Amino acid sequence: MLLLAVEAFVKIALVIAGLMGGTSYLVLLERRMAAWIQDRRGPNRVGIPLTKIRIFGLGQPIADGVKFIFKEEFTPGHVNRLLYFVAPVLLLSAALAVFAVVPFGSVLPPVLGGEPIELVIAPGVNVGMLYVFAVGGIAVYGVILGAWASNNKYAFYGGLRSAAQLISYEIPLGLGVLGVVLMTGSLQLDKIITQQAAHGWNVLVQPLGFFVFAVAALAESGRLPFDLSESEQELVGGYHTEYSGIKLMMFLVAEFLHMIVAAFLIVILFFGGWHLPWITGSEHMVSGWLGGWLEAFLRVGVLLAKVLAVILFFMVARWSWPRFRFDQLMVLAWKVMLPLGMVNLVVLAVLVEYGKQMADALGVGEVVLVAAVGWITLVVSWVVTAAIIPAPGQSQALPIGAADSIDAEPAQQREEIEP
Amino acid sequence: MKRDDENIRWIEEPMLGWTGKTFLPLFIGGLTTTVRHLFSPKVTVSFPEERHEMADPLGYRGVHRLNRDEQGRVKCVACFLCATACPAHCIDIIAAESPWPDREKYPESFTIDELRCIFCGMCEQACPVDAIELTSLYDLSGKSREEMIFDKEKLLSIYDKTKDAEPMQSAAKPSSDKTPSDNPDAPGDTP
Repeated sequence: MLLLAVEAFVKIALVIAGLMGGTSYLVLLERRMAAWIQDRRGPNRVGIPLTKIRIFGLGQPIADGVKFIFKEEFTPGHVNRLLYFVAPVLLLSAALAVFAVVPFGSVLPPVLGGEPIELVIAPGVNVGMLYVFAVGGIAVYGVILGAWASNNKYAFYGGLRSAAQLISYEIPLGLGVLGVVLMTGSLQLDKIITQQAAHGWNVLVQPLGFFVFAVAALAESGRLPFDLSESEQELVGGYHTEYSGIKLMMFLVAEFLHMIVAAFLIVILFFGGWHLPWITGSEHMVSGWLGGWLEAFLRVGVLLAKVLAVILFFMVARWSWPRFRFDQLMVLAWKVMLPLGMVNLVVLAVLVEYGKQMADALGVGEVVLVAAVGWITLVVSWVVTAAIIPAPGQSQALPIGAADSIDAEPAQQREEIEP
Repeated sequence: MKRDDENIRWIEEPMLGWTGKTFLPLFIGGLTTTVRHLFSPKVTVSFPEERHEMADPLGYRGVHRLNRDEQGRVKCVACFLCATACPAHCIDIIAAESPWPDREKYPESFTIDELRCIFCGMCEQACPVDAIELTSLYDLSGKSREEMIFDKEKLLSIYDKTKDAEPMQSAAKPSSDKTPSDNPDAPGDTP
């Protein structure tokens, strides 16, 4: 029992330290990437403190952290003080709590003669995905509370937009996950990985589900094509306009953690987690004590490398496409992603129910059949959607006459009121 | 301005084509642009270690210098034209009787407040003997305001530092093919 508690605490310390360190260096990476994409060099000066040694700017996170901690932490007089303090704490703790069920590797061989150690803080939580959704949903509260407590119009606009966006994209996100759950028959994240290791990655089998989930996850993490909640050009800073110092840092770190969670989920649900064919398959490469450790570390490395790849894609995506307008955002969620997710779910449900019989009748492997149907579904539904749904941007454009009448109405009302 | 003003030209938003509606060409186009820039050469210069190549160092308006003549004396004749021309009033000259026979006055003290200077180059244009010139040095810094008031020795030392890289413009003038309007002495210039 004591050993279990120690194990849990060690894992919690490891995950939180890893996440915080990882986040600070990902922020540096993001700044460097942004600079490179804009033909600049980015922060490359800060090295080891108090020396002249520059290691490609790797000391930058220390400088950033010290700056945030020692900045004046100004609390405006017009805020709701309790909620103002609670909001960043709530957001950050919810973002960290999600990682309780997210595996960061497979299994370590037994240490001190105990059981094999599963590399997830809470092993065997059979509602894994539900837990992620439940705790992830609290993020909306952090944003709304922060926006409301700030008592600032820009912050409130940001909070409202964020709430509408997060709630809308939870649905395609859930539909994307449901497809995976149908294939696996479990909500547990490590079981989803093992199933993919045995039957092929979900991205190959249900590409439409992956597409819907990836877009929704990007929107949930509130990053650039979807960062309406804090669009600097319109809303100053969005829901954290009135925050400064360490509280602002908590908001920013929580946002980064959302992106990391999204990357982890995409990798675990669709890219096979720690599984890489012929390298970290389900078979042991080297037998014995050494083989077990080698395999465990390889799997951690493969998982983290895949997560990093997804994060890099997010960072490149940030500079590739312009931000959506709000109505375009909603059209994408409700008129495009929701139907696509439904189609994916229905097709998969039919395949899970009758796939075996169909595969036997056609004389092909079940995985091949499912994958073929998945890709056909993707192409057909995408093309049909593009044909049916008016492209966002043209649906809402007002004809010139209509805009005229809108302008005219308040003028008439004013005349009525004035005398 | 009314909506039906004839000066306003209304443009219809171009319709997305069939392929555009699938978002794929736009998606790939955006991504390729970003990735291309990710690996393209950078325009930023790591400043203290490397500097931008200046197109024309003689034309640049940086820190001032006081030129010396062939005998190493200060060329200035303390005519006060630069101080008069200066819009920022940053030049302060104290004239004295010249110890040399070829001119009447020379500057006993010549100070420029580099913090007040707006680097417009009008002192350079006003000078009748090409004694004051702007160099291409742009990274001047100091720890106090007093330090940034450059006196005669400092300005002469800047000349010593930069004379090889940037020859005096009066020395360059006869050899260069300047247009007549550049030369105030040209006969065609006066109406």
